[in-house]
Amino acid sequence: MLAYLIRRLFYALPILIGVNIITFALFFVVNTPDDMARMHLGAKRVTAEAIDKWKAERGYDKPLFWRSDAAGVDKVTDTIFFGKSVRMFALDFGRADDGRDIAREIRTRMGPSLAVAVPVFVLGLFSAISFALLLVYFRATYLDFAGVVLCVALMSISGLFYIIGGQWLVSKIWHLAPISGYAEGLSAAKFVILPVLISLIAGIGSSARWYRTIFLEEYTRDYVRTARAKGLPERLVLFRHVLRNALIPILTGAVVLIPTLFMGSLLIEAFFGIPGLGSYTIDAINAQDFAVVRAMVFIGSALYIVGLLLTDISYTLVDPRIRLQ
Amino acid sequence: MLQIKFVLLWSDLLFFVLIAAVVVGGVWAGRVEHLRLAWRQVGQSRVGMATATVLLAFVLVALLDSLHYRERLPGDQENYAVEVRSALDAALTGLRTRTEKTYSAPLATHLFVKESINKHAGPPQVFLGPLRGELRAAEFSGGDADADLGRDFPRLQHGGAHLGDDLAVHDSDIAAKAVKGLGLGLLGTLVFGLASLPLRRAAPHLAWNAQLVTVLVLCLLAGVAAVLAGDYHVLGTDKVGQDVLYLTLKSVRTAILIGTLTTLIMLPAAVLLGLLAGYAGGWIDDVIQYLYTTLNSIPGVLLIAASVLMMQVVIDTHPEWFATTAERADARFLALCAILGITSWTGLCRLLRGEVLKLRELEYVQAARALGVSHARILWRHVLPNVMHIVMIAIVMDFSGLVLAEAVLSYVGIGVDPNTISFGTMINTARMELAREPMVWWSLLAAFAFMFVLVLAANLFADVMRDAFDPRVVKR
Repeated sequence: MLAYLIRRLFYALPILIGVNIITFALFFVVNTPDDMARMHLGAKRVTAEAIDKWKAERGYDKPLFWRSDAAGVDKVTDTIFFGKSVRMFALDFGRADDGRDIAREIRTRMGPSLAVAVPVFVLGLFSAISFALLLVYFRATYLDFAGVVLCVALMSISGLFYIIGGQWLVSKIWHLAPISGYAEGLSAAKFVILPVLISLIAGIGSSARWYRTIFLEEYTRDYVRTARAKGLPERLVLFRHVLRNALIPILTGAVVLIPTLFMGSLLIEAFFGIPGLGSYTIDAINAQDFAVVRAMVFIGSALYIVGLLLTDISYTLVDPRIRLQ
Repeated sequence: MLQIKFVLLWSDLLFFVLIAAVVVGGVWAGRVEHLRLAWRQVGQSRVGMATATVLLAFVLVALLDSLHYRERLPGDQENYAVEVRSALDAALTGLRTRTEKTYSAPLATHLFVKESINKHAGPPQVFLGPLRGELRAAEFSGGDADADLGRDFPRLQHGGAHLGDDLAVHDSDIAAKAVKGLGLGLLGTLVFGLASLPLRRAAPHLAWNAQLVTVLVLCLLAGVAAVLAGDYHVLGTDKVGQDVLYLTLKSVRTAILIGTLTTLIMLPAAVLLGLLAGYAGGWIDDVIQYLYTTLNSIPGVLLIAASVLMMQVVIDTHPEWFATTAERADARFLALCAILGITSWTGLCRLLRGEVLKLRELEYVQAARALGVSHARILWRHVLPNVMHIVMIAIVMDFSGLVLAEAVLSYVGIGVDPNTISFGTMINTARMELAREPMVWWSLLAAFAFMFVLVLAANLFADVMRDAFDPRVVKR
């Protein structure tokens, strides 16, 4: 197991390097730092000094890969590629355009992101599985049909509509929850409840429908027929046999999402003013703060790779037929 | 002498290519037995026929909106207007040009916001006509009315202008026009039903009745909207007084194109790499797998955000590449499609690779290889046709997600050009209106409703397609 883990970590390394190279190419080769400076400084006629100053402030005034005028290791280390990209592996993300340390921002903003994302993940999984079970229990009836139609209708509505409509109805008309904002500690609950609720409604359509097909597929298996043949009541077949076996693909499929919960949700956080990583990213996109966007891309990819690893491990834990070598 | 000059934007060209490809593909599918059966199953499904009709109506709007031209300016020299218009613009000239000053509710006769009206200048009807320019600038905030000035809702320039002062007949006028529109819709359905009779005879098993009912609903809605739109703003006007119905119809093209072109752009790469990875194996497989795992591990929104930011810099630093703003917006639009395609091709590629891995070991492929058929020919003749159903299902399944994604991305500010009319930009400009009291709800609701119908139809159609084409779905 440990050997497998170590090997998998080594497999992950090239992917992370690939991500790094892609982001580097995207941010520094497609556009030169001069282009970015001109774009950032806005005006059509920007003096060369202003551009140089902008680049120097952000450390973009170095060669891309190779510094021929430096001595020794500095030839490689004192370049944009090393300074901006390679250092990310050491979780050194540099500073944002407003001068703040990105790594520190990320640490403080993780909490609010998790406060929304974790309840959404747990409750979403629970509600979608329950709803799918309900549909499967009443399968091939009008109730099932109506439920599937409801699912398709729910997933055809834009996420923006759920957010805007929910804010309008719950906060503005009913005055049940604040429209937006956030507070530390336990008082965060009243700010978090509406975004969580809206995310649940927005997500339940597609996931419940997906889980329903997984359950139905499990129903065609031989052991289900055997269970029925020996006279088990339908309820027991569903809960003791189908549910347990169908949970394996559902739960292992959800594991990949766990690390990415740290990233938060862009839309929900932006709309509800939650100071998490999602709204941080949105602000960075709007302010065209390339350093922050680059850092978020890197962290997001790293977390996704961790998620893939966790998925593999969870497979071996829940399904004894799978062995890792 | 032609008074217009046709303009072929890149996105138009690709859209036409796509439609031609669909037609060619349809003819090809008609010749192959198992595909013909699958299509018949789609046609026999009532949901399939109804949703296909709705989608076709949307595609028709998009197609009309893709025939671009530039008007010739008056004068001896051959000069053309900078503005690029489309056939849809020409058809909706009335809607496009009859702009109001600012918000007005659907079917309203008065502006939505109070303005200061100088009572001494004469009776209110004076302001309907050319003297409107004497009005003071609109004051949106509250405040006590000046002694000389009454604050009231001014009449609209176009909405209900034919009524004159006789506002008592407003409701009955709308009702009469609606009835007229319903009659027109009924007539349209009748004509359509008669015209499609030969088709009905040719293929009597298909769900023609479901299609006719859909056409009826569409025609009734279109008829009412068309008759009312002559004198009113059916869906109201937005902040700068543009007709919301016009904006929503224009948004259809953006939505349809983003849903289809994205897949079209990514399709060649996804199919080629998927086939190669599955068929060739070895280091080619490793490289391709590495490529899509790497791309896949970057969170989609972030990759799109980063790419769009970079593309913006490229477009902004090279203004000399584009002759008109339409071309610029079009380039940005296509770049967005390409970026969305890059982030979404990995799924299809992986599916194809898995399928080809299985196909490679089947007897008929082995037999072809034993007979000495070249690899390229095996891929083309034996493997590709047998994975086409995956490609087709992927295209229709991706469509609805892309339409929804466009709205979100435009909202975040990394979507289409702000000058391009789309559901996303409509929602984006309408979001501020929610804070107003009373609320301006119509442009938001119009965008969401059109999007909902389009995406719902696409989702249902995709389900029918998957049931018909996916051999793993058990046929009952």
